[in-house]
Amino acid sequence: MGILVIAEHDNQTLKAATRNAVTAATKLGQEITVLVAGLNCQAVAEAAAKVAGVTKVLVAQAPELEHGLPENLAPLVAELGQTHEYLIATATSAGKSLMPRVAALLDVQQVSEIMSVEGPDTFTRPIYAGNAMATVQTTDKIKVLTVRGTAFDAASAEGGTAAIETIASKGDAGLSRFISQELSKSERPELTSARRVISGGRGMQNGENFKLLEAVADKIGAAIGASRAAVDAGFVPNDYQVGQTGKIVAPDLYIAVGISGAIQHLAGMKDSKVIVAINKDAEAPIFQVADYGLVGDLFKIMPELAEEIGKA
Amino acid sequence: MRVLVPVKRVIDYNVKIRVKPDGSGVDMANVKMSMNPFDEIAIEEAVRLKEKGQITEVIAVSVGPAQAQETIRTALAIGADRGILVTQEGAEPLAVAKLLKALVEKEGAELVILGKQAIDDDSNQTGQMLAALLGWGQATFASKVELGDGKITVTREVDGGLETDELKLPAIVTTDLRLNEPRYASLPNIMKAKKKQLDTVSAADLGVDATPRLKTLKVVEPPKRGAGVKVASVQELVDKLKNEAKVI
Repeated sequence: MGILVIAEHDNQTLKAATRNAVTAATKLGQEITVLVAGLNCQAVAEAAAKVAGVTKVLVAQAPELEHGLPENLAPLVAELGQTHEYLIATATSAGKSLMPRVAALLDVQQVSEIMSVEGPDTFTRPIYAGNAMATVQTTDKIKVLTVRGTAFDAASAEGGTAAIETIASKGDAGLSRFISQELSKSERPELTSARRVISGGRGMQNGENFKLLEAVADKIGAAIGASRAAVDAGFVPNDYQVGQTGKIVAPDLYIAVGISGAIQHLAGMKDSKVIVAINKDAEAPIFQVADYGLVGDLFKIMPELAEEIGKA
Repeated sequence: MRVLVPVKRVIDYNVKIRVKPDGSGVDMANVKMSMNPFDEIAIEEAVRLKEKGQITEVIAVSVGPAQAQETIRTALAIGADRGILVTQEGAEPLAVAKLLKALVEKEGAELVILGKQAIDDDSNQTGQMLAALLGWGQATFASKVELGDGKITVTREVDGGLETDELKLPAIVTTDLRLNEPRYASLPNIMKAKKKQLDTVSAADLGVDATPRLKTLKVVEPPKRGAGVKVASVQELVDKLKNEAKVI
């Protein structure tokens, strides 16, 4: 029956997270098709066709699909569920919005944020903010899954030679309309796929002080993140948030600055390979998960760190 | 306009959960239970819309054990007008969505505000599923809600920043953290809540088959991450990162 992976994209570029989902799909041992739904998104389809392991790309282009509104996209994906045993998306804000709508249209109980494939119908997934891991088996014939990107390596962007086929949109459901978006612009790597991340918490005191993190980030090519406390306090925008309900990251290096380490923040970063904590409170819970802890005043430490890292 | 707000009874977010040694699940014995934090935000938003005179009635619904009545009472203390308990334990999101659909139709609700996810199973599904079953529009992860004439404009927290969508009513909204700060229920309101109407129905009453589709084979603790070392200086830190961890 095969696997359908929903591509994550902005009509111009294929988001890296899609390739993590493709890797999860390869564990299921069936033919992999990628759906690219959007408008003027031919370049995305071509990129998807080159991803290693992909055998077919379906492209649906229509004005009502331009912004990926679930009301318009879900009926199309649900229809493809008749001919695919697995429907898979990444657990991004787009995937999380779309897939449960698809699942309900198919009368399927979705399995969210899988972290491993244990069998054709059996998956592990985090519950309680990652403080427990559940192994679940689904009895549904069609499997609707979202994938935690950090749990699977990205499939190679090159090497595939998939055929591209055009399919039709199911039309505008007439329920919703995209008005506008305000996207954070940054020259830095994307938070969820960055190999190095440096995050600030309440200890940063204000948004202006995030410049101290930027100085270090620029030297090591890191993305900037934040704790919920820092976002709630208005220091930085919401898309910086790392945690249970924000972004899940697992970089090679995670530097937590002025972050105490609440459970919900740890849920978003504790799978990082190396964790560094910089905090003035030696008792802060963040030190319990940090490989390297430095107790002290971040306003003194951060400029020093930028300078020291800069040395050859 | 009538608004339905589902509320879930979950282990309090401050409790450090314990996985049962036999791997059958999470220990629920003698653990503090509270309303799912995102659902508190949903109730608060509905009550604010009512205070602005934009809606007429807020109905709090919980699907769960008899004790979920306490969760509904909390919602009533925040300002919901009445409550409905659906006595069904262990219902999965799809079953909950079907139960809610039945109640939406029975009560003639035109807006449902839900928490975006429950902090126990972290599924993040029920609102979107309910929207699909009702054939309504959905706005997930709301950080701002403006109710207009026959439509609702919602600013949503998405991965890249913020997105604003407009939905035709009736519609589904799911709440994110920064939509509002829920109030503390005052003592007089807690007392008043005890007298508010709270009805109980079963899944069978609503004609819904809530048989689970997923089997939980086991629940284990995630791999533990031990504390590492404290370093004394920035120089030592950079040296360790370069030469020991080799990450910079």
